[in-house]
Amino acid sequence: MGLTITEKILRDHTKHKELHPGMLINARVDIALGNDITAPIAIEEFRKWGGERVFDRDRVILVPDHFTPNKDIQSAAQCKALRDFVREQELSNIFEGGTVGVEHALLPEQGLVLPGDLVIGADSHTCTYGALGAFATGVGSTDLAAVMMTGECWFKVPESMKIVLHGQRRRWVSGKDIILYIIGLIGVDGARYRAMEFTGVGVAGLGMADRFTIANMAIEAGAKNGIFIPDAITETYVTGRAKREWKFYDSDEDAQYCDTLDVDLGEIEPQVAFPHLPSNTRGISEVDDIRIDQVVIGSCTNGRIEDLRIAASILKGRESAPHVRLIIIPATPAVYSAALHEGLLEIFLKAKAVISPPTCGPCLGGHMGILAEGERVVATTNRNFIGRMGHPGSEVYLANPAVAAASAVAGRIAGPEQL
Amino acid sequence: MKFKGRVWKFGDNIDTDAIIPARCLTTTDPAELASHCMEDIDQGFAEQVKAGDIIVAGDNFGCGSSREHAPIAIKASGVSCVIARSFARIFYRNAFNMGLPIFESAELWDNVSNGQMVEVDGDLGTIRIIGSESTPFQMQPLAPFMQELLRDGGLMRHIALRKKDIQVSK
Repeated sequence: MGLTITEKILRDHTKHKELHPGMLINARVDIALGNDITAPIAIEEFRKWGGERVFDRDRVILVPDHFTPNKDIQSAAQCKALRDFVREQELSNIFEGGTVGVEHALLPEQGLVLPGDLVIGADSHTCTYGALGAFATGVGSTDLAAVMMTGECWFKVPESMKIVLHGQRRRWVSGKDIILYIIGLIGVDGARYRAMEFTGVGVAGLGMADRFTIANMAIEAGAKNGIFIPDAITETYVTGRAKREWKFYDSDEDAQYCDTLDVDLGEIEPQVAFPHLPSNTRGISEVDDIRIDQVVIGSCTNGRIEDLRIAASILKGRESAPHVRLIIIPATPAVYSAALHEGLLEIFLKAKAVISPPTCGPCLGGHMGILAEGERVVATTNRNFIGRMGHPGSEVYLANPAVAAASAVAGRIAGPEQL
Repeated sequence: MKFKGRVWKFGDNIDTDAIIPARCLTTTDPAELASHCMEDIDQGFAEQVKAGDIIVAGDNFGCGSSREHAPIAIKASGVSCVIARSFARIFYRNAFNMGLPIFESAELWDNVSNGQMVEVDGDLGTIRIIGSESTPFQMQPLAPFMQELLRDGGLMRHIALRKKDIQVSK
């Protein structure tokens, strides 16, 4: 019987010759990741249970990206705990100050996660790396502690569901709209425990930025991982970035899928996810007049240079509405630098945007753009739960960078064609 | 493994931001986390929850972020176990890894009301609503590995107990 790409990657990281969905396995981890919220608990557990040295200093990567630049005294202490551990353990990769980026944008960009890898991260959006054809999944802090100690992690082999993309994308429709549309169809637990394998002729028309966005939000459908079969586009992306060898996997023709979902890209218009679930989606044409107070363009979902280019194409020669605070967060220092050299930052400043240093910041209601009671934001981020970006009485509307930029100008939720 | 406690009933898709908001994640202190548990969706919970109480929830409990602060906050608030129709997967593994007993039962959620007392027998896999005439509900059986994790009191202790058996990767 054939295997899916997810099953093959998992198998090749165990001592098993065969495996099947539902099986509990212990697998070897290529890269283990943590941040300034999740790593402190992992470090405490690691020490409490006698951990001295991490299993491999090249393969543990800790990025202080959530509350940095340090938000307050308490979070500064957490960031310090992470930094002290990074130095004590002499980890090979150190991200500090001006080298910090949002982890899920940073690691692929730096060539630290690669096709064929098995990656765990104590952060739910670790599934982003599936865009490269890696098995990547979010876990908790105790899992991270255990991996730092042993180099291995326990998994239940997931069933795979096949998402077949075909058809021609409409203008302004990006990876964000494709994944929001799918989550709208299947719900926030529609892929619970499953691998979401994105396939079909429509994939060839998606660049890496769109693929990262799609894989990133697989967790918002409850999935264990989202994954793409690597191709020439993947090859071009990793070549020159990778610092070690990588391996391309494919799914067998007779691989087993628990479900297949057919998605005609031509039917999708830009999507907006209304409060308070990412599945609460509507096409932009079905959105009424909703006045907004803030727009955030950034995050591990949509803070890449491609996203900023789209935003700039709309903001060029325009200004954000007087009552709207427009916050733009390049996800990594390299994205920031590219935006500077391409003249995008000038466009943003003229549009009266605040340009933030790379940080997760407001996406999780951390800092750098928190909402007051009754305020509304259009955000290119990934979650719109109650209180996600501030007061429990605030509202988050999720959208792509084009809709976010257009909304900033309009002062209400709007698509680019409504300007 | 037996529990008896008062039910706090919640709906579907209770996310980890609802269980413990990110603004509270500047600490890892269990008691401090517990003092904010559920505050955005139920302001009375943290104050009124008593040791031994049981959270009963609908589908996809613990969806969203991977923050282990969520099961830590629940456990430190005194809750003895969580019984949901279903759990989001990261919350599921976090709970077993850090030693918060959780069980799956659709029937309990369908039949129990907020504030009722229930009795849970983790070994037999049954739940009884105290004062109810109905026969005990059967919970989803746990895989042997999950039972082991619960018995060992979490993943790190499980590893420590079996250190010699673990093949440490190069």
